[in-house]
Amino acid sequence: MKTLLDCKKACRVKVLKLNAARELKQRLISFGIMKEAEIEVLEHAPGKKTIEVKVGKMRIALRDQEAELIEVEKL
Amino acid sequence: MKEIVNMQGKACPVIANHIKVALVGQPNVGKSMLINSVSNSHLHVGNFSGVTVDKSEVLFDHKDYHFTVVDLPGTYAFTDYTIEERVTHDYLCAEDYDIIINVVDSTNLEKNLQLTSELLTMSKKVVIALNMSDEADKEGIEVNAEYMSELIGVECIKVSAATKLGIEELIDAVIRNYENDKNESKLIFSEAVEEEIAQIVWYLDKHKYEAKNSYRNIAINLLKNNKKTYAKLHDNPIWTELQPILIEASSHIELHHSSDDIKEAFAEEYASFNRGVVAEVVEQKKQVEKKTLTEKIDNVLIHPIFGIPIFLFFMWSLFQLTFEVGAVPMDYIDAFFGWFGDAVGATIPNDDVRSLIVDGMIAGVGAVVLFVPNIIILFIGIALLESTGYMSRVAFLLDGFFHKFGLHGQSFIPLVTGFGCSIPAYMSARILKNDRDRLLTLFIIGFMSCGARLPVYVLFAGAFFSPEMAGNILFVIYISGAMLGLIAAKVLKLTAFKGADEPFVMEMPKYRLPSVKLIWHTVLTKTMMYLKKAGTFIATASMLIWFLSNYPHNSILEEDYAYKIENAINQEEKVHFENSLSTDLLEQSYLGRIGKFSEPIFAPLGFDWKMSVALQAGLAAKEVVVSTLGVLYALGADVDEENNSLINAISKNISFPSAVAFIVVIMIYLPCLAASIVFTREAGGIKYFFYLLFFTSVAAYGMAFIAYNITKMLM
Ligand SMILES: Nc1nc2c(ncn2[C@@H]2O[C@H](COP(=O)(O)OP(=O)(O)O)[C@@H](O)[C@H]2O)c(=O)[nH]1
Ligand SMILES: [Mg+2]
Repeated sequence: MKTLLDCKKACRVKVLKLNAARELKQRLISFGIMKEAEIEVLEHAPGKKTIEVKVGKMRIALRDQEAELIEVEKL
Repeated sequence: MKEIVNMQGKACPVIANHIKVALVGQPNVGKSMLINSVSNSHLHVGNFSGVTVDKSEVLFDHKDYHFTVVDLPGTYAFTDYTIEERVTHDYLCAEDYDIIINVVDSTNLEKNLQLTSELLTMSKKVVIALNMSDEADKEGIEVNAEYMSELIGVECIKVSAATKLGIEELIDAVIRNYENDKNESKLIFSEAVEEEIAQIVWYLDKHKYEAKNSYRNIAINLLKNNKKTYAKLHDNPIWTELQPILIEASSHIELHHSSDDIKEAFAEEYASFNRGVVAEVVEQKKQVEKKTLTEKIDNVLIHPIFGIPIFLFFMWSLFQLTFEVGAVPMDYIDAFFGWFGDAVGATIPNDDVRSLIVDGMIAGVGAVVLFVPNIIILFIGIALLESTGYMSRVAFLLDGFFHKFGLHGQSFIPLVTGFGCSIPAYMSARILKNDRDRLLTLFIIGFMSCGARLPVYVLFAGAFFSPEMAGNILFVIYISGAMLGLIAAKVLKLTAFKGADEPFVMEMPKYRLPSVKLIWHTVLTKTMMYLKKAGTFIATASMLIWFLSNYPHNSILEEDYAYKIENAINQEEKVHFENSLSTDLLEQSYLGRIGKFSEPIFAPLGFDWKMSVALQAGLAAKEVVVSTLGVLYALGADVDEENNSLINAISKNISFPSAVAFIVVIMIYLPCLAASIVFTREAGGIKYFFYLLFFTSVAAYGMAFIAYNITKMLM
């Protein structure tokens, strides 16, 4: 199983599943991170603790813990 | 737009019609700016999510109507994730209003429509404002507004809050929709969902269920688990038959989306409808570049290695500028108040009144106004940070670091706001979802030195360091304040606010060139507030301090000295007696007694009674620290004649270790009375105020004691 956290910079992926708990899941969905959505990894903060991704035209920052809950497949 | 008259704060006459508009949209799409461009209001605008955290109303007139527009905090979806989102959700569900203006960002329509779809199921009239159309033009994005209106059944108007394009049309559309009946939106779902809707509608129709809203609307809300609709139908006899139908319908839909969460299923439904709409109405004219400008800038500014040094460099430059440029007009301001005091003093015959006005009010207010240039530069710095979009980047860069200290990356936004003023900072902590995170952030906002403390720092840095060093010292003071705050956060997290970490998901806005007008307004408003405070609160406080330091008179002491002065053998001895007379008088005044009384408490920190008094007065507001020192040293005649500026008085009368300890206390202890009140409200109880008081006092005293002794050892 591959998660968003495993992706390197500039990697493009498609979301397969959100393993997050209800509230966080809704939060992710409201940011456009849902099944079938395409995501590009833009940047890692120092220590890879926080990552910046692009969904559609929107840039979103999330932590390693959240990225780990997003199951993806490479495009 | 000439006929629009701003009526902020005035009651509406009864004759005209009244339209109440709720302004709804995702964060950072320009809602507040749109209101500002319709009326003459100056709502706070900034380029990051979480600028508006509370609702505010603006009134204005247009044609035959009075408008009340309610600016609501931005929300990504109809959830109660954070307090600010709860404000919006509660307002939309429970309050009375006529129509919704849904503001969307034309350059990112698909994401924005996600909220729109939810609004469309709300059975309220909606007009869509396609904002940022100027930016869309630049990026070669063309939205066909007429076609879009047709597709979703709701009027869509192209506007730009920045260039004021289309504002008139938007208001006309609002009036038109207000006067006409509500159109049914044309939001359609996948076949599977439509089938279930049709079945419920058929059932409602069969039983001739009486309702204001359309059956379709009720059916959708039932499927979405809308509490209000549920509650309404729950008491109806048809419920017993309807309930099993609903349960089956829901499980069909969930099955169709292979999800166990009906909200997720609906989000996916909306998303596919919106994708369809966007594909029809949006045309990308220019070739999309592989990397947008924002991404190019980000490559440098949030670089994993250079990002943080660049940020520190910006901070350092800001404080360097604050001191260097701020110092230029200082001499003039100082000279002005000196001259002004003399000029006013010459017209007042009564000794006591003259002293009250000149040594009390003018000296106190002058000491505070002296620092206006520094304050302005600091405010410009903060305004730039807020309006360019850099704020969110710093939150991104520092999140990992903050996390180690138990803070949320988004805490950065309230904390930075705290460098301006603690009051809006306490408010903006509402962007944090979790109460524990929020309380923790509230407790350490005070460690971020607010603008009102800047004068104290500039004063002391100027008194003890060369002008070349003073800017660096300011930088060090601010950074060490922030560091202490982080350590305090860690301590609190390990003790009082234990608990699991909250998720961190944050939008990074596009970089925008801030408009000069916007910066000008923000800085002007804040500066005027500072000046107003100087003219009212500080002036009063200074006169009070003057009174307390001049009374009671002591005639025995005065006669005693009058005799000595008369019999002085030379001029030098005469001056000496005059000086010690004023010192003795000051010491036996009310203020002197308070100071003397509390002196033992502060003695371990090396403070004399004047410093002790200034600190206590600073509990009301930090500007009072400077004005009190100003009054006390203007009265005490131990300042030599030629050079009586406050900076010189400080460097002559206060030892370096005491000054360091004094700065440490200012850095840590309670912000001010007004901020304490807001803190108590935001934290949700007076008990938190006492925790804060205890926590900051102990920390301030302890740290100052350590700083005092270390500096003494080193000297
Ligand atoms: N170019 C452009 N920028 C805009 C427009 N409207 C708002 N902005 C910018 O968008 C950002 C967010 O504005 P704000 O009113 O605070 O958004 P709110 O969070 O929805 O209230 C600010 O930086 C504004 O300067 C517009 O029509 N055109
Ligand atoms: Mg706003």
